[in-house]
Amino acid sequence: MAVTAQTTKLDARKLRADFPIFEQTFHGKPLAFLDSAASSQKPRQMLDAMREFYETSYANVHRGVYQLAERATAALEGSREKVRELLNAPAAREVIFVRNATEGLNLVAYAWGLNNLGPGDIVLVTELEHHSNWVPWQYMAKKTGAEFRMLPLDEHGELDLGALDEAADGGNVKVVATGLVSNSLGTINPVEKLVAWAHERGAIFVCDAAQAAPHMTVDVQALGCDFLAISGHKMCGPSGIGAVWGRAELLERMEPFLLGGHMIRSVRFEGTTWGELPHKFEAGTAPMAEAVGFAAAIDYLHGIGFDAISAHEHELVSYALDRLAEVPGLTTYGPPADRRAGIVSFNFDDIHPHDVAQILDLEGVAIRAGHHCCQPLMQKLGVAATNRASFYLYTLPEEIDQLVDGLHKVKKVFA
Amino acid sequence: MSDGLDSLYREIILDHYKNPRGHGVIESADAEAEGQNPLCGDEVSIYVAFGEDGETIDEVKFSGRGCAISQAATSMLTEMVQGRTATEVATLDKDELLEEIGIPLTPVRLKCAMLGLTTLKVALHKAKGTPLPEGIAGFDELDLK
Repeated sequence: MAVTAQTTKLDARKLRADFPIFEQTFHGKPLAFLDSAASSQKPRQMLDAMREFYETSYANVHRGVYQLAERATAALEGSREKVRELLNAPAAREVIFVRNATEGLNLVAYAWGLNNLGPGDIVLVTELEHHSNWVPWQYMAKKTGAEFRMLPLDEHGELDLGALDEAADGGNVKVVATGLVSNSLGTINPVEKLVAWAHERGAIFVCDAAQAAPHMTVDVQALGCDFLAISGHKMCGPSGIGAVWGRAELLERMEPFLLGGHMIRSVRFEGTTWGELPHKFEAGTAPMAEAVGFAAAIDYLHGIGFDAISAHEHELVSYALDRLAEVPGLTTYGPPADRRAGIVSFNFDDIHPHDVAQILDLEGVAIRAGHHCCQPLMQKLGVAATNRASFYLYTLPEEIDQLVDGLHKVKKVFA
Repeated sequence: MSDGLDSLYREIILDHYKNPRGHGVIESADAEAEGQNPLCGDEVSIYVAFGEDGETIDEVKFSGRGCAISQAATSMLTEMVQGRTATEVATLDKDELLEEIGIPLTPVRLKCAMLGLTTLKVALHKAKGTPLPEGIAGFDELDLK
């Protein structure tokens, strides 16, 4: 499909009709779903694509010689091409299907890290990271004897690039692992600068784009990174599928991550040899229908246009920050609206986020309360948890109003 | 206020939350443990002082941070277990505490409500070797030794 960049404003009210979930009420109220950063809702077009695949094209891929198997294989590989195009990756064989970004990042940490890290090496993550791009590296550093370090945040919730050289002091930086967009604060990180810094030191750069890919154009060649992971479920796709992209020259030199069927060239008692890319990293039966759904979701997003989605979210986040500023006792975290994606984390007096979220639920408002898989960040903010409202292409300003009205109810209960 | 709110954040819960009983620290406690709720990062520390027989709970205190449900439930717990023996509390049925709390809880909030009781049972296990509760997620295995 030819991708046409649309700059026209999106019509969230019209798009909402594509999402069956919004046809119901909760506690007798319309659903204000403000938790898309955790997982997005699903458009009918994606659901239909999966159903159609199951009903007309389903068989195991890459094995059968019959027509149906060929059709299924073509669907899987067509989906891979869609992901390649989404990320502007040089080759489809560099795109590996995984369950989610977490599995993709684990693949890199294990398959690259185990053989490339050792004592004297530094693994650098950030204080803003999701646990998925933090815990695997901490674990792998411990396993290999490498040193695990963390780039701090400044007071605006943005990475402190001035602390980079100090973070590299006295060791050999081998990996820099950073998210493109923070799932907790919405901060858009200056990945290009970090990549340049990493490459100057001969380090690889591993980018967690799970929170970025739903909202903005992600171009691996423009970013210059070495590995990048995304999750389908955050971008209108089904759960259980994601992708990790890596430079072919790195992937080729890596040993496999998961072993078993499909990923081999030949299996003998004396030893086994590995298949070509991407198969070397795709052991077992692929998530075929999920890949088809993922591709349909990508088509759906391209049809709207990432520029339009980004613009819509910036508008919503500005509106939300303005409206939340009217609520006495409310503290928001993170950078100004122009430097963040559609995510607002906040605390409300000393009312625990669980209590805030519970009362909001009774008002039909779904937000996230917790540490958002970012405990190091919570520690930095000096809190155990925050409330998080997040927006997507189907979010309406009225839902933010519903949130603010709900917060006044919360205040009444805990006054 | 809607019915849902009335039943969930009923007066007694808010009262225990705003004026927690047994809030504080017992210096050189006979038993203590720290528990975490991995879902929200909440932490609670429980301190126990036994009476002269070394078995009957004389005083329970708790410190830490948490939501209204976890703080109120732990506050109620400190009143409930006073005067009982370590062995009795180790087998205290969670339904007894749930009855006291008296509100319908979803599985997520049940974890909030049980944090104090679970931590108390771990403290007693460490001090007296009483049986551990079921489902002790949030406690490092090494902490239990």
